Amino acid sequence: MSVAKPLPHDAARLHVTGAARYVDDIPTPANTLHLSFGVSDIARGIVTAMNLEKVKSAPGVSAVITAEDLPCANDVSPSIHDEPLLCTGDIHYLGQPIFLVVADTHLNARKAARLAEMNYDKGTPILTIEDALAADSRFEDGPRIWTKGDVDQAMAEAPHRVQGEINMGGQEHFYLEGQAALSLPQEGGDMIVHSSTQHPTEIQHKVAEALGLPMHAVRCEVRRMGGGFGGKESQGNALAVACAVAARATGQPCKMRYDRDDDMMITGKRHDFRITYDVGFDSKGRLLGVDFTQITRCGWAMDLSLPVADRAMLHADNAYHLPAARITSHRLKTNTQSATAFRGFGGPQGVLGIERLMDHIAAELDQDPIVIRQRNYYAAIDKGGLSAPRASRPPEGIFEQKKAGTGQRYGGAYSPKPAVHTTPYGMEVKDFILNEMTEALLETSDYQQRRAAIADWNAGQSILKKGIAFSPVKFGISFTLSHLNQAGALVHVYQDGSVHMNHGGTEMGQGLFQKVAQVAAHRFDIDVSHVKITATDTGKVPNTSATAASSGSDLNGMAVANACDIIRDRIAECLAELHQTKTEDVRFQDGHVHIGGEKITFAEAAMTAYQNRVGLSATGFYKTPGLAWDRIKGEGTPFFYFAQGAAVTEVVIDTLTGENRTLRTDILHDAGASLNPALDIGQIEGGYVQGAGWLTTEELVWDGAGRLRTHAPSTYKIPACSDRPDIFNVALWDAPNPAQTIYRSKAVGEPPFMLGISAFLALSHAVSACGPHYPDLQAPATAEEVLNAVRRATR
Amino acid sequence: MPTASPFRPNIARESTNHLKPRPIWQHYHRFNRAKGLQIWLLVGFLHLLWGRCLRRIDSRHIPPHSVRRRVYNMNVTFLLNGETVEVEAEATRTLLDWLREDRGLCGTKEGCNEGDCGACTVMVTDTDGANALNACILFLPQLHDKAVRTIEGISGPDGELHPVQTAMIEHHGSQCGFCTPGFVASMAVGHLTGRKDHDDVLAGNLCRCTGYAPIVRAAKAVEDTPTPPWLNDSLPQTTAQPYAPETLDELATWYAANPDATLIAGATDVGLWVTKQLRDLPNVAFLNRCTDLRKIDVNKDTIHIGAGATMTDVLGVMGENHPSYAELIRRYGSEQVRNAATIGGNIANGSPIGDNPPALIALGATLHLRHGDKTRDLPLEDFFIDYGKQDRAPGELVTGVTLPRTAAALRCYKISKRFDQDISAVCGCFNITVENEQVTTARIAFGGMAGTPKRARAVEDALIDQPWTTDTISQAAEKFADDYAPMSDMRASAAYRLTTAENLLRRYFAELNGQETSVLEVTA
Repeated sequence: MSVAKPLPHDAARLHVTGAARYVDDIPTPANTLHLSFGVSDIARGIVTAMNLEKVKSAPGVSAVITAEDLPCANDVSPSIHDEPLLCTGDIHYLGQPIFLVVADTHLNARKAARLAEMNYDKGTPILTIEDALAADSRFEDGPRIWTKGDVDQAMAEAPHRVQGEINMGGQEHFYLEGQAALSLPQEGGDMIVHSSTQHPTEIQHKVAEALGLPMHAVRCEVRRMGGGFGGKESQGNALAVACAVAARATGQPCKMRYDRDDDMMITGKRHDFRITYDVGFDSKGRLLGVDFTQITRCGWAMDLSLPVADRAMLHADNAYHLPAARITSHRLKTNTQSATAFRGFGGPQGVLGIERLMDHIAAELDQDPIVIRQRNYYAAIDKGGLSAPRASRPPEGIFEQKKAGTGQRYGGAYSPKPAVHTTPYGMEVKDFILNEMTEALLETSDYQQRRAAIADWNAGQSILKKGIAFSPVKFGISFTLSHLNQAGALVHVYQDGSVHMNHGGTEMGQGLFQKVAQVAAHRFDIDVSHVKITATDTGKVPNTSATAASSGSDLNGMAVANACDIIRDRIAECLAELHQTKTEDVRFQDGHVHIGGEKITFAEAAMTAYQNRVGLSATGFYKTPGLAWDRIKGEGTPFFYFAQGAAVTEVVIDTLTGENRTLRTDILHDAGASLNPALDIGQIEGGYVQGAGWLTTEELVWDGAGRLRTHAPSTYKIPACSDRPDIFNVALWDAPNPAQTIYRSKAVGEPPFMLGISAFLALSHAVSACGPHYPDLQAPATAEEVLNAVRRATR
Repeated sequence: MPTASPFRPNIARESTNHLKPRPIWQHYHRFNRAKGLQIWLLVGFLHLLWGRCLRRIDSRHIPPHSVRRRVYNMNVTFLLNGETVEVEAEATRTLLDWLREDRGLCGTKEGCNEGDCGACTVMVTDTDGANALNACILFLPQLHDKAVRTIEGISGPDGELHPVQTAMIEHHGSQCGFCTPGFVASMAVGHLTGRKDHDDVLAGNLCRCTGYAPIVRAAKAVEDTPTPPWLNDSLPQTTAQPYAPETLDELATWYAANPDATLIAGATDVGLWVTKQLRDLPNVAFLNRCTDLRKIDVNKDTIHIGAGATMTDVLGVMGENHPSYAELIRRYGSEQVRNAATIGGNIANGSPIGDNPPALIALGATLHLRHGDKTRDLPLEDFFIDYGKQDRAPGELVTGVTLPRTAAALRCYKISKRFDQDISAVCGCFNITVENEQVTTARIAFGGMAGTPKRARAVEDALIDQPWTTDTISQAAEKFADDYAPMSDMRASAAYRLTTAENLLRRYFAELNGQETSVLEVTA
């Protein structure tokens, strides 16, 4: 029994001893060369002349590569081929790679890259939302619009209306390990690439295109990343391709890693959004019609912006039933870094839009925002379903029910027909558990009593004010590009009973490898120490999807289980035949195999199977069932299920300076029947702090020329140790997922990020204690923004 | 207890209130702990050795031209994970690059290459004891005669884990693991020195995965476990280092003859010239061996701080004398940065956003300068002439600063986007005397409000001789606009800076009247 155990991260010992190897730590051949990009220092224009003589003659430089030198594709885009590796003349943002320096050391490459003499014909950059709307600079022909019901009529008839706007900044990933890649040229022109990437297949694909090779000639390996958060879904392409083309050109191994400032100047960040809302509601605060306009700056290239913006639309409802809705999405093209995937992938922005709206309605009606939220929640699922709360451990055998075809998925033929609400995109919400979770959290967090105590405290304070707020999250799980919801695995059992496990998922710290190893161990019921976790490798498992969308353990866990089961069944069949018994009588238990009345170790079983010429290697495969999604119409079932959670956060602000702190946070989060509660709680704690950072101290500032002024940790402030809540209570809801996921667990990577919204709302609540007006707090709520909101509240 | 030592500032003073919970700065009184005696014995022993060497070096005549040569390829000797290494290195070769590229010790990570993330943290032990430092902006010559422990040397020689490593595993303190070696190094130093203020110990280590909670749980769990024996480094025998002057006299002579040289003390600023601006520094002097430059003298009415005193040293002395200044320094940089950065560097670089000058100006501090044999003193505020321009002649160096020992009404306020390890948007320091409900003197100085650290003279004038009332405060607050025309940048807008300056005067008034004014002191 290894599933559901709170085991440490598989590499924890390597992490704490410094022995865990990242791309830049891999020992390299002595003749390895090092790369650096020369980048543009204007945001828009045309390169009219480029003198690279000083670069070429700089110490240690062995080659300088420009767009003309590239042998094949000059493209590192993950979507519509609009992202050249090296500039072809048109400058699209400040920081765009123009040429590539190949030198003997990292430092010499960096130094040489600064010696170029560039002449530009400068253009006027499109930087802001206003600039882009005025120029109609956008991706896709016009705004994407999804509607449900007759919004205009619903609003016209509504007894109450509120309009508002919230601007929310983007976010730098600040993975502690910057982007890095290493290419090792092989015989016959083949290439091996080590990359710090969430998407090895994409690296393989882009490198193959850049070298004019079939994909089989390129192998990408990823043992681990030092953090990804979405920032290594597509942003590693440039480094891997640069290394590959330089390795091809020089015949030598090539390594590239961005210095932190380069990383922040070159790579994309979370999309910033402006969301305007117009809402009609009744006197109880129940929504009647909602009209959202979401405007986002996508930066210069498309990258993953369309699905990001789609997901923002898909989460415009968060946990609330919208009887009538219109969601309009503008995807603007600007001369800034190409915004990219970041934990939540648009979801947080969409969720913040409606959470702000809920807060605003509550302020209009002078009610506790929680009450307004609860009144608008989706209908609770029927109690007769599988969602009995708080099972202490995953129900053993639930996975087998699926195989046997006897399981009852909630909402199936045997269940009573509940009043099922549908989302604005027409998907039935059949697994909604936030009603019960909210009640439970309000109780454990002592919310009502503390809210009253805060009001008393505030009455006695003239300078400091406290605030408290609740926010829920309901996050759709699956890639919205449905074909990505597949995974492969490769499992070997060796004759000594040790197991070699491989799958398409990548490890970026989230503990995916350990969770999936626990699944593998559980399928054979052996100790997890017998399972060797191995680097993700496109030569072992092909055609992988990015480790993204929180789907890593859902998809790869299932694929590995599938591979293990194939081998297990083969062993069982072999042993049954040898012992003249039925396959069903062969049981794998506690590191042993029971055959009828006999018991041998798993290692003995493996040896026996080997000696009887049983194939002990298998591939596994999984695809998520039941998905059907039309992103143009905004209709269908894009998600397999919803992961949910809720948080209560208490803060204090200084009304003289806007300084603020988080005092206490209580979280109740739904990880289904957790595969590993310790790792899941780690995701929740870390996700919350990262989400709160996004909305408080993390501010990206571009100047009028389009230069990012916050391009290092000296100026861009992610949460530090003392910024975590003083009191931080995190609990798992721990009820099995009604959907047939691996051991009924739920995805947990992204959803808790959105719980950080409660910190933002608590700040808004604290500000509202200063005066009668709605604070209209904007994000990020830096000290300066909080002080501005104090002024708005009191004015 | 020995009474004075050239190796460390004279900051260890008798504490009369050690039964009370200790404020943060007292943690810096390393020698108040039980280990003190042991360490003092060691220090005393080294003192003897060191004194002998000093005499030996002093007896030599080192003509300026002999150290004026380009200081490439210096010979540096130090202990690396318990073994003596002798390195011939470029003066500005960083420890991090050397570890990773030359030694293949890749456990120490590069996260930002500017001392802001702590992924490269290592343990450096000198005669003062162990410190956490950022290897990315630590030049090899700064390590001469010291002992370095990287993550590889924090585990035992046979792979035994340090207690903090075990705790980090058990408490799930690592996720992606990239920041982890730096955290473990900081935690191991904190563990060795008996620190329990983990938020401060770890303020210079950024983690993007965990949200810090499990890391702090790990640190707490092993607070009382013993230090593993393998961490007791005995320092290498002192050897001469000709390129780094040993005394202020030597330094002053050399610098007067080498006015274009770069003086490197903690390298928390100069380090970035090298790692970020990629500058070559052909002529440098390392000041860390000028022990007399690091001395702190606490006299009856004044405190003299040598320019080479680190901010950790200054924090130690301010705790008892100027607690509000100490609280400002607690948030200055990070543990690693304070262990390297010097007060002289912070003053001499003339930055308008350095945190020491506003406090020192509010205190009426006097700056000491020296050019060759010539010394001069001036009020610190007069040192800052304009942005990037200070009253310092070529070849003249800042030797120290003298400030009054008491100023009960001094309050220092640091406003930044993040509390810890962030550069101030506004740093305001107030020192106002009120007698019989009447303001008698006022010294107010700000950083972040002008091109230099600057006094708010119009505000001061509006306060002096006025009754200590809210009306006076409101009227005086309006005068900030006369004193300052701040700028907008990525840290704050001009409007926010001005409003906040005004409000900090209100906070000062409220605080002195006993109101709660700090969000840092509020609990849930």
